[in-house]
Amino acid sequence: MSSALLERGSAQQTRLGLIDCDVHHALRSPKDLYPYLSARWREHLATYGSRRPTPFTGASPFFKSVPALSRKDAWPPNGGSPGSDLAFMQAQLLDRYGIQAGMLHLLSITGMDQRNQEFAPALCRAINQWQYAEWTQKDQRLKAAIVVPGEDAAAAVAEIEHWAGNSDFAQVSLVTHSIEPLGRRRYWPIYEAAMAHNLPIGLHSSGNNGHAVSATGWPSYYTEEHHEVSMSQQSVVTSMVCEGVLARLPKLKVVIVEAGLAWVPSLCWRLDRQWARMKDEVPHLTRPPSSYIREQVWFTTQPTDEPERPQDILTILEWIGWDRILFATDYPHWDFDDPETAFKAQMTELQRRMVFRDNARSVYGLA
Amino acid sequence: MSFPAVGAIDCDVHPAVPGMRALLPYLEEHWREQVAVRGIDGLDPASYPISIPANGRPDWRPASGKPGSDLELLREHVLAPFHTRYAILNCLYGAQSAFNVHFAGALCRAINDWIAAEWLDKEPRLRASIVVPVQDAELAAAEIDRCAADKRFVQVLLPAAGESPLGKRQHWPIYVAAERHGLPICVHAGSTFRHATTANGWPSYYLEDYVAGSHAFQAQLLSLISEGVFSKFPNLTVVLAEAGFTWLPQFMWRAVKTWRAMRAEIPWVDRAPAEIIRDHVRFTLQPSDAPPEAHQMEQTIEQIGSDRFLLFSTDYPHWHFEGDAALPDGLSASLVRKLLVDNPLETYPRLKETLQ
Amino acid sequence: MSKHVVATVAEIPPGQRKLVTVRGRSIAVFNLGGEFFGLFNRCPHQGGPMCEGILTGLIESDEPGHYQYSRKGEILRCPWHGWEFDVRTGQSYCEPERIQVRSYPVEVAAGQRVVEGPYVAETVPVTVEEQYVVVDV
Repeated sequence: MSSALLERGSAQQTRLGLIDCDVHHALRSPKDLYPYLSARWREHLATYGSRRPTPFTGASPFFKSVPALSRKDAWPPNGGSPGSDLAFMQAQLLDRYGIQAGMLHLLSITGMDQRNQEFAPALCRAINQWQYAEWTQKDQRLKAAIVVPGEDAAAAVAEIEHWAGNSDFAQVSLVTHSIEPLGRRRYWPIYEAAMAHNLPIGLHSSGNNGHAVSATGWPSYYTEEHHEVSMSQQSVVTSMVCEGVLARLPKLKVVIVEAGLAWVPSLCWRLDRQWARMKDEVPHLTRPPSSYIREQVWFTTQPTDEPERPQDILTILEWIGWDRILFATDYPHWDFDDPETAFKAQMTELQRRMVFRDNARSVYGLA
Repeated sequence: MSFPAVGAIDCDVHPAVPGMRALLPYLEEHWREQVAVRGIDGLDPASYPISIPANGRPDWRPASGKPGSDLELLREHVLAPFHTRYAILNCLYGAQSAFNVHFAGALCRAINDWIAAEWLDKEPRLRASIVVPVQDAELAAAEIDRCAADKRFVQVLLPAAGESPLGKRQHWPIYVAAERHGLPICVHAGSTFRHATTANGWPSYYLEDYVAGSHAFQAQLLSLISEGVFSKFPNLTVVLAEAGFTWLPQFMWRAVKTWRAMRAEIPWVDRAPAEIIRDHVRFTLQPSDAPPEAHQMEQTIEQIGSDRFLLFSTDYPHWHFEGDAALPDGLSASLVRKLLVDNPLETYPRLKETLQ
Repeated sequence: MSKHVVATVAEIPPGQRKLVTVRGRSIAVFNLGGEFFGLFNRCPHQGGPMCEGILTGLIESDEPGHYQYSRKGEILRCPWHGWEFDVRTGQSYCEPERIQVRSYPVEVAAGQRVVEGPYVAETVPVTVEEQYVVVDV
């Protein structure tokens, strides 16, 4: 890409005031949560700690590509892991790209897949208080997701009720590798509460549920696992549709984050074709599955799909629906998408505004 | 308009085992006794319950017995209307899900002998996949060696979701044997239920399990590529049967994107996954999961960037289309010609041998 | 084109690099075992700051499970998406014919390399003249 094109892109994006629908802030260490935990749970976190169905205390069994899964240039010069330093994030991301709003997704500790059922809600409360105090109150461009202990629906609803109406929180977050597929009945009260408060459900690939990362078993390589999280998200969408969540809760909005999106049309075609011959199993679906997706599900762009013929990305986006698409950088991860260079085909001005700003404004109710 | 009379090769047809009783004559004596003493029966796969309408088209269901269990009906339903030159039988009886690998091996031997005697011997247009105990690669390789002598066996059958991804080294004896005999590997839709049907656990509905099947295939492709199966076995062809294929372009793009970042993790993968797939992987036609508009199918085919990847199939007796409308809209005339005859002949060398 | 001194040889010991801006262009000069090579500091993928990436060896394989390691310190990994580039030639290790970062050869004179493909940057020769590292931009 020529430097002239790069410069033009940069000026355009800054003027647009783009909205980044996937930004990862991070703890410097679990100690950051201590001020927000009771003595009992401080002690617990320091000792038994975060326990999830995964074999290492400090790593994934799928050895990742780079430290902290992050861009090498995103390590803050003043120390701490990528995403843990607000000032550095402001400079390197928010200010650099003229971002008017960034939707935060926390991955450095997860509340929902904690095996200790009492710890999970306490941890989630602490996480949300930390997000509020240390992030969204310090930079109003940043919006947090309400992290909920989703395997305990009542506790999750209580957490939603606690934060609902607080404009620092723009959505409700659950892990995608949940114990049951997220459309199952046990999670319905969470969606009812979210919908009642006009909060979208933001589903970022995350969590450990003890199931193999694919239906075929456990692969060997990060190369495989990294791609398979996208397939897992496709099953999440399938579940939210087929279990009837979207049908029952027509005002519920679901945002699928960090799964790429070129799979959306073919998943919709497959769902519709198979539903046509199996609709007697799912009488609660009164219209084709894709119609629910087209109305209630949004998709972030990252990691941006890279067709062999660059123009094909426009075809795919057209098939999905330009109003479904939410730009995201995934900062500070290694497969970050630069808003100025991620798309290798030219969108119209209207499409650009929708993808990079207006769709997100609408989904999240931002001014 | 009737189906083109070009001698189509149907690459996915399912003969139904009537019950364990039908296999008894083909089991060794001590297994026959075990089956009787222990009451072993009912091995129809849960991936395809016959009672579900989608698994047997109404006009393909016999008055009694399972759809796909009757040769005369197969001739009437499939061989005649599609002017079929060859049909490849993929028997989905549940041997590949059994935990006792010795019994699984015995069952597979019985199934393959039953196929030869009850189908291949009686109808010269039929060919078959060798059903192998995927649970134990050495036993599977032995079965391949045993059946390969019969040239009417043209392929090796594996389930799409087994105990571990198919690229893993413990499966390699299967590929050694298949490559030695020039036999493609057919990965067919269906789960052995060793794992939940999704990475998010067990969905409620059969519909969801079925839709999730395409992800199992994608994970298998990632495994076969990443583990270097196509490097180690450069002459191997893999056929994905009943997988759908409209998901293929985005899968290839993402696989190439990841490979560009992770090449050093799998350095034996020395060319783009998309190239490997175009060279080594084929897809049966049904279900097509066709888009609502023909031009979307045209574009998808263009994005796949090959006219060699598709193989005609009816997936009889599974219900994907009415009458003989097996060809979805949006396929070019030249692609149709290729998928009906040329691509299957290229994929299954043994079919060409028999022609002479 | 004109020549610019960007460093003394002593400033860039073997295994090190220096990022410089010449005529508005960001270039990194690497010292590989006493030889100097220059790379345009923009990854042809999404324009990331390539030259902040780590240097690794080259891992190749002739068979699954077998690894051949060579060229320690001569492969640059873009700090964003991890694409591997041969510092000496700018060649990418994925589809090397198609993707290349412009490289800056040691020889002056006929050292122009023209690379076809979707990701093209300009070549700038790098030479060592006495104790100075010189780029030709």
